Amino acid sequence: MKFLVCISNVPDTTTKISFVDGKALNTAGVQFVINPYDEIALTRALELKEALGGTVTVINVGGAGTEPTLRKALAIGADDAIRVNAEPVDAYQVAAQIAGVVKTNQYDVILTGRESIDYNSGQVAGMLGELLEIPSISVATKLDINGTEATIEREIDGGKEVLTTTLPFVASAQKGMSEPRIPNMRGIMSARTKPLQVVEPSGDAKLTSSLLYELPPAKQACKMIAPDKMDELVGLLHNEAKVI
Amino acid sequence: MSVLVFAENWDGKFKKSTFEAVSYAGEIAKKISTTVSAIVIGNVSDDDLKSLGKYGAAKVLNVKNDRLNTLVPQAYTSIIAEAAQKEAATVLVFSHTYSGKNIAGRVAARLKAGLVAGATALPSNTSPFTVRKKCFSGKGLTDVAVTSDIKVLSLTPNAFGVIAGDGSASVETFTPAIKDSDFRTTVKEVKKTSGKIALTEAELVVSAGRGMKGPENWGMIEDLANALGAATACSKPVADIGWRPHHEHVGQTGITIGPNLYIAIGISGAIQHLAGVSSSKTIVAVNIDPEAPFFKAADYGVVGDAFEVVPKLLEAVKKFKAH
Repeated sequence: MKFLVCISNVPDTTTKISFVDGKALNTAGVQFVINPYDEIALTRALELKEALGGTVTVINVGGAGTEPTLRKALAIGADDAIRVNAEPVDAYQVAAQIAGVVKTNQYDVILTGRESIDYNSGQVAGMLGELLEIPSISVATKLDINGTEATIEREIDGGKEVLTTTLPFVASAQKGMSEPRIPNMRGIMSARTKPLQVVEPSGDAKLTSSLLYELPPAKQACKMIAPDKMDELVGLLHNEAKVI
Repeated sequence: MSVLVFAENWDGKFKKSTFEAVSYAGEIAKKISTTVSAIVIGNVSDDDLKSLGKYGAAKVLNVKNDRLNTLVPQAYTSIIAEAAQKEAATVLVFSHTYSGKNIAGRVAARLKAGLVAGATALPSNTSPFTVRKKCFSGKGLTDVAVTSDIKVLSLTPNAFGVIAGDGSASVETFTPAIKDSDFRTTVKEVKKTSGKIALTEAELVVSAGRGMKGPENWGMIEDLANALGAATACSKPVADIGWRPHHEHVGQTGITIGPNLYIAIGISGAIQHLAGVSSSKTIVAVNIDPEAPFFKAADYGVVGDAFEVVPKLLEAVKKFKAH
């Protein structure tokens, strides 16, 4: 069985965000990592490969600077990696580039993270499904495969849903699907020699562009309330903040 | 030309996030001098369908088909794309809920339309069509220009509000072409969290962290949430230890929320947690440590032991509600 896991290269969760002239992220001192939800997807793909056999390929749309992130995915256990040599611009462009690779190299299961923690759109899985004309299931918390059918549990508004789908399909991983693995020394050593293929982008599919970046407005100073004055707090929430 | 809104229903009923999406579509329609059509898939009563007119919809297209009572992304995509063509829609609006997230991307790809997922405001400009959204899990904001002819937007719940008037929409039965090949997923079971307020669209949220010392102490958090009519949430460590379910985890790697009121009890306020809740309109932090970072992000702060403060706060809320 052939698994493809889509990897985003994102700033570490502890990063304090700032922008350069409102045009781009200030990357000085920022450590980039595998998007946490993509790590969950990768681990589940590895677990399924161990149970069912096959290969796990990771793919990223990005410049050469994202290769350490792909190497980390190889160290965790992926068999090979593909980098589409284009700066990611929006979800559609990323999905179109990945779809281009999939069309020439079929996969049975394509996994993404629920969303990337930089642009938080969560749309690549659905777009990929549409571009490849295969089912897409978002925010999946469980994934099992039996022959040519998969059973998936996914979050819905107000609960969960269990569904089945036929292969091939694309699903986006949510917490609960697996626990991310930490690469061991053997994995790190072998990652250096695993294949990392660079492919050139096909066409220019971008449909949106970010014109301006800003930080959220600064908060007023916190108003401190004595712990025995909870009536006062409730009064402020009602009369001043007008939220209750 | 029109603005088409996908008006979600849950078991035949609309929720606030749907009225919000229709209101938002109505304001966009005014900006571009056109009208709003809503597409509703499911068994919703005629009165409820017409009621979308109150929020700005001129027309409602209703698709009733038992095969579509659960969300089938491929089929829903085909239906919405056909409705968009029928209504000559130049802007499509979704709620940024689980369902909206599941299909907005497919629809955008089908229509070769640029998508702004998680929009937080009306377009600031219509040429180029520019919409604000959060980025870096709420640590930043970005203005996104959509360059395609058709634009798809999904609206973050609670980011815009509901605008109610007194209109009534015309209702039309819509019978789209549905292909068997669109039904490659089959829902086997739906597990509803009954009686609880869904965190993703809650206006009030009571959240707690490791300061609660153990899962057995969550009763007082639930009591406070019940008294306020709020949803409950938790910090990452608490979900990781298993004190609370993962779906309650708010933060950068959990759910990002923007309620009117977020009460954080016994949560220190790590940067990852704040990223997921910083767009809340009002934040109350309760923490025993006066140096807790949450006090820098909060509007109101209480330095004190949760086990003493929460019962007093509950009592004060009950007294307030009784009036």
